[in-house]
Amino acid sequence: MVAHSVFFYIFSLIAIVSAVMVTVSKNTVHSVFFLILDFISISCLFIMIGAEFLGMIMLIVYVGAVAVLFLFVVMMLNVAEQKGQWFSSRWDGGTHIPVGLLVSLIIFFELIVVIGGWKYKPDLLNSLSINISTEVTNTRTIGNVLYTDYILIFQISGMILLVAMIGAIVLTYRERAGVKRQSYVKQISRERDEGVDLVEAERNKGVKIDA
Amino acid sequence: MDSYFLILFTEVYKILFLLVPVLVSVAMIVWLDRRVWAFVQKRRGPNVVGPFGLFQSLADALKYIFKEIIIPASSNKLVFVLAPVVTMTLALISWAVIPFGEDFVLADINVGILYLFAVSSLGVYGIIMGGWASNSKYPFLGAIRSAAQMVSYEVSIGVIIINVLLCVGSLNLSDIVMAQQNLWFVIPLFPMFVIFFISALAETNRPPFDLPEAEAELVAGYQTEYSGMMYAMFWLGEYANILLMCAMGAVLFLGGWLSPIDIFPFNAIPSPFWLIFKILFLFILFALVKATVPRYRYDQLMKLGWKIFLPFSLFYVVLTSSFLLYFDLLPGK
Repeated sequence: MVAHSVFFYIFSLIAIVSAVMVTVSKNTVHSVFFLILDFISISCLFIMIGAEFLGMIMLIVYVGAVAVLFLFVVMMLNVAEQKGQWFSSRWDGGTHIPVGLLVSLIIFFELIVVIGGWKYKPDLLNSLSINISTEVTNTRTIGNVLYTDYILIFQISGMILLVAMIGAIVLTYRERAGVKRQSYVKQISRERDEGVDLVEAERNKGVKIDA
Repeated sequence: MDSYFLILFTEVYKILFLLVPVLVSVAMIVWLDRRVWAFVQKRRGPNVVGPFGLFQSLADALKYIFKEIIIPASSNKLVFVLAPVVTMTLALISWAVIPFGEDFVLADINVGILYLFAVSSLGVYGIIMGGWASNSKYPFLGAIRSAAQMVSYEVSIGVIIINVLLCVGSLNLSDIVMAQQNLWFVIPLFPMFVIFFISALAETNRPPFDLPEAEAELVAGYQTEYSGMMYAMFWLGEYANILLMCAMGAVLFLGGWLSPIDIFPFNAIPSPFWLIFKILFLFILFALVKATVPRYRYDQLMKLGWKIFLPFSLFYVVLTSSFLLYFDLLPGK
């Protein structure tokens, strides 16, 4: 067990330090890198308590996909410049700071609720009636619960995500005029008759070709 | 306390026993790649250093070691140095779960295939870090291209893996191989194998999908500013990733360490050799594709990934699962 707790403390230390560094570091891209480190160490913690499926899914979804998008956004938009504007003395009355304060207030109260729950932890642990067997892999266990008891909630959350995705696409989609598009079907199905057009050209007048 | 050291030593010994052959075979595979490429184009390829030019990669490695490492003045130095290290490490740690035979695997974890998928999805970071930290136009454009490409093709690889998992009923790589004892998955899931092969080409930035390193447009993509050993590490990581993709294809579709037919001269060959033969077969296919196919245009690449591969593999998931359900073949009952 010694080795186990040594690894636990190493990973949790990395997780806490990198979580602090996300907010502290001046360079926004570094913040995202620390966020990734945080995700990785937390998924290591998941694996250590035996929740290997959750740990791997955490790596695939958050580190493999979400954080890549974060990194893209941070690299593309010059966030550092905008941050300078928000906190400068001549703040032009934007809504960033009030909204940010509201969100952090809500999160603060949520944290208080979570920490308050600690008081009841022994009672909760005693009342746990689910016996987790080590024989069945936890992927199978999660599947057994998720696709039977909670199938409705699972599917509704899937639908919400789909709607959010389509909504994001609709909001950002712009029809641009004058863009040349390639259509394979059109190119391949072109015949000689339509491709070549013989035109009788009049002298000194030329031919008008429509594009 | 002694038992800890014993475990530590045996584990380190096992890891070295796996990693040293992988690194040596990466060096050899670079030579093989160049040879196959040359033979297709009626050239000789590297044939001077050692017999058949076998030691060419070692000579190259020596050259890289003795070259000066140049770190651009305006780069972000820490991230710049970290990027090749990340690429190389991620390419090597995935080998831990590849099974070379029954009970011949470093880490026989329950979620082996998810581990492989997770580590390969982390591979993007080496490239983004390298491209961003170089603080230069070409590397940045190359890194963005490469990241978009890898994220896109990962989606279709994920769906293809779901197809295989439906037939196996387990995420363990050894179970996946054992499920193919009667029939390799390449036969019932042949379209998926083809799509997996093409997606693997795109995932490892191999031609015809080597847009991140398109010389004509981007010099060398995210590697432009790298030199000496740091460049060599990117390069080793890239080839280790290619080998890993071949190993993944062999395990998922070609029956891993199993021999094609279970009769005397074939099943006498030790199982690791079968896996190595299959990896080599897939790698030679990779090299032949590199030698024959011209590079894709970027919009065509994205169209292929999102509009053709993804819908088709999703459709195949529905097809596979309804087939298994209808004929009552679903595993794990």
